[in-house]
Amino acid sequence: MRKIGIQEIEDIAVGAALLGTGGGGDPYIGKLMAIQAIEEYGEVTLLDAEEVPDDALVVPSSMMGAPTVMLEKAPSGEEAFVAFQKLETYLGDKIYATFPIEVGGVNSMLPFALAAKLGLPVVDADGMGRAFPELQMVTFYLDGIAATPAVLADEKGNTVVLSTIDNVWTERIARAATVQMGGSAMTAMYAMKGRNLKESGVRNILKLEETIGKTIRKAKENNANPIREVVKSVKGFPLFSGKVKDINRKTESGFARGTATFEGMHENKGETLTLRFQNEHLLARTEERLLCMTPDLIAVLDAETGLPITTEGIRYGARCVVIGIPCHPKWRTEKGLATVGPKYFGYDVDYVPVEELAKEGVRS
Amino acid sequence: MGVYRVGIDVGGTHTDAVLLDEKNTVIAETKSPTTEDVATGIYHAMHKIISDANVPRDQIHYAMLGTTHCTNAIVERKRLNHIAVVRIGAPATLAVKPLIGVPEDLREALGKHVYLVRGGHEFDGREITALDTHYLFQIAREVKGKVDSIAITSVFSPVSQDHEHRASEIFREVLGDEVAISLSSEIGSVGLLERENATILNAAVVNVAKTAAEGFIQALENEGIKARVFFGQNDGTLMSVDYAVKYPIFTVACGPTNSLRGASYLSQLSDAIVVDVGGTTSDAGVLVNSFPRESSLAVEIGGARTNFRMPDLISIGLGGGTIVRIRDNGEFTIGPDSVGYRLPEKGLIFGGDTLTTTDVAVALGKVELGDPEKVAHLDKKVMQQVYGRMVEMVEEAIDKMKTSAAPVPVILVGGGSVLLPDSLKGASRVIRPEHSGVANAIGSAIAQVSGQIEKIYVLDEIGREQALESAKSQAKQEAIKAGADPGSLVIVDIEDVPLAYLPGNATRIRVKAAGELGRMPVASI
Repeated sequence: MRKIGIQEIEDIAVGAALLGTGGGGDPYIGKLMAIQAIEEYGEVTLLDAEEVPDDALVVPSSMMGAPTVMLEKAPSGEEAFVAFQKLETYLGDKIYATFPIEVGGVNSMLPFALAAKLGLPVVDADGMGRAFPELQMVTFYLDGIAATPAVLADEKGNTVVLSTIDNVWTERIARAATVQMGGSAMTAMYAMKGRNLKESGVRNILKLEETIGKTIRKAKENNANPIREVVKSVKGFPLFSGKVKDINRKTESGFARGTATFEGMHENKGETLTLRFQNEHLLARTEERLLCMTPDLIAVLDAETGLPITTEGIRYGARCVVIGIPCHPKWRTEKGLATVGPKYFGYDVDYVPVEELAKEGVRS
Repeated sequence: MGVYRVGIDVGGTHTDAVLLDEKNTVIAETKSPTTEDVATGIYHAMHKIISDANVPRDQIHYAMLGTTHCTNAIVERKRLNHIAVVRIGAPATLAVKPLIGVPEDLREALGKHVYLVRGGHEFDGREITALDTHYLFQIAREVKGKVDSIAITSVFSPVSQDHEHRASEIFREVLGDEVAISLSSEIGSVGLLERENATILNAAVVNVAKTAAEGFIQALENEGIKARVFFGQNDGTLMSVDYAVKYPIFTVACGPTNSLRGASYLSQLSDAIVVDVGGTTSDAGVLVNSFPRESSLAVEIGGARTNFRMPDLISIGLGGGTIVRIRDNGEFTIGPDSVGYRLPEKGLIFGGDTLTTTDVAVALGKVELGDPEKVAHLDKKVMQQVYGRMVEMVEEAIDKMKTSAAPVPVILVGGGSVLLPDSLKGASRVIRPEHSGVANAIGSAIAQVSGQIEKIYVLDEIGREQALESAKSQAKQEAIKAGADPGSLVIVDIEDVPLAYLPGNATRIRVKAAGELGRMPVASI
């Protein structure tokens, strides 16, 4: 157990942008919400998953809908609170702690804003270890934990309590309600017991994000190259050093899809990297080699500062280092790959773990 | 009869002025120190070029001012208006109050009267909730006599401006015309905090802009010049004085823009990298079709995040006054600090006590300046190493701005550019145009005039193509009205926001057209 203050939030936000692998929504607005709540109500207690009683009710707090809407119509702060109240009434149980559903992007920050206001602890675990775009794409789903009963709430005071036959229906109905609520809403879903979170969650992931943020901050203070340190702290692999040569984006069925092309520099001189993304970076390859693919993480870092770059932030001429990070083992199971593997996103390649690709330099 | 124009660029260190004839030939140029009150510096510079040029004063028809008045006021947190910040959107947005992400001292200066009002719109134009006009009247009465400028930001105002307009009417009704009102929908696009910050900053520099405009007009009158006065904007086009006083925030990045535009004009190149070497920093930017390439990232002004479109620049801590420190073991550091405008007293070659990059260049015989004897004692080998590193710093900045490995032309401008060599890695050639020391002022003088329109079109009735055509032609008409030469008009910006709440596939289209200022004086057209 320890306290999370403003400096910790700043560091975690940098880690959240990195593990967001280009998507997940800019953590910026979430960070400001967390900072304002901590300034107003005080620091937040962070618990290790082990510190949560097996029978305690734990519920993630997250936003649903278009991150761009949230950038304009920011939450009131009441939505998440009302959603938790409604869920407690429905379940007839008190919520013991909250946690992020995904640690990539804006959703990493929202539990802190709520926790400060309610005086609840945050548990250091999530359901992805990264960011993904659909609500069944969580490790909890792989272990058969239902998304509902779930509550959606908007700033006007409307709430919707969902009880659905499966998570696909949850997605479908919640999406429609979110549009009516104005394009973004706060949710309380995937309510579970402490034991479920210990078994199915990705643990110590906020601590990792804090380490990432701190590493980059310290490197800047000491004028050192942060990338090597960051790669070490995430147990990742440097995949490619290059300069952005081309970026091609389009918005399709709610996804920011596209391709970024990098021209190799240094040890990659003469090579070209193609990075495919749909909100998140999903597939990195050169003409000859596959380098990394979903569900493993692909992060693009500024070659100088080590700061993560989102897909919107990728611009011509930027010098970057692309790194690969092994995903949580649960994603590498058959059900895991069926849910978030390359084929699910429409790429016709078989999944190979990043550490094997890095070792063998597999030709395709 | 000639048609002359005056271009002024007020920078942090120097105020530059040029006088151009109708063919844009430089008739006179000068550099004089920027003064604390700014106006005196402008007056001195203008007086000098007008006396030097000796052209009939009634033939000076246009006067363009590019100024950092507003930028400096924001950065220094000085001379700012007393403002009220009104955000319409509650209960939404309360989790991130106005000014939350900006530095403490700016928050203190601008956050004395902050109000959150119920209202605002959804992404599709529906009301989140009805506008709380009762509270707006109450706020207006409360701030009466305490503030002279109001920033109003409503949620999704780029989609529906109704609530901002209504709020503006209420403040006018209670406070009269003396108070300045800045509406976010006229300043920025979607992205609440960034647009709100920009609107707040705009409200905060209204007085500064007014003082600058009056000072400039006064300086012209003192010289007996009755010219049409324009201000330079971030995008390299001009705006009228009335507009500049209302939207001063659009002037904050005109300095780098003018420098790039001036470099393009002087070198007659439309695609190149421009390195502007000043006293403290060098800025590298990219010219694409004669205009600066714009940054795609959020731009901070005085520490506040905004969503303006600004020239994409890399700034490195290398200028003519940058301090060089050499240790006993021969290791050295270059900057990032600088003696800045005090180079003429601090530099070794001028009898000062500080080793600067200029001294290094003089010691190696690259530049003839000051008294070379005063740097003759320096170790040539170490000087070579320092100079090599200086060049490398610039070459790295150039490389970062390039989009491919192919060499591109590099244009050097600014007072400190004499320090740099005639060949640079990654440059197909290095161009040092004549008058490059006053490229900014030239950029200001040759800036184009623009016209803008904004209208809602029902696409189901006329189709997108036709709607765009109609908007473009109206924007061009506006630009011609503002004095643009019809033959030179181009469309510089198009933005369309679909309005899902209106039937028939309605879209709000905003188009900006720009063109060269007509050769003929406007009055005679």
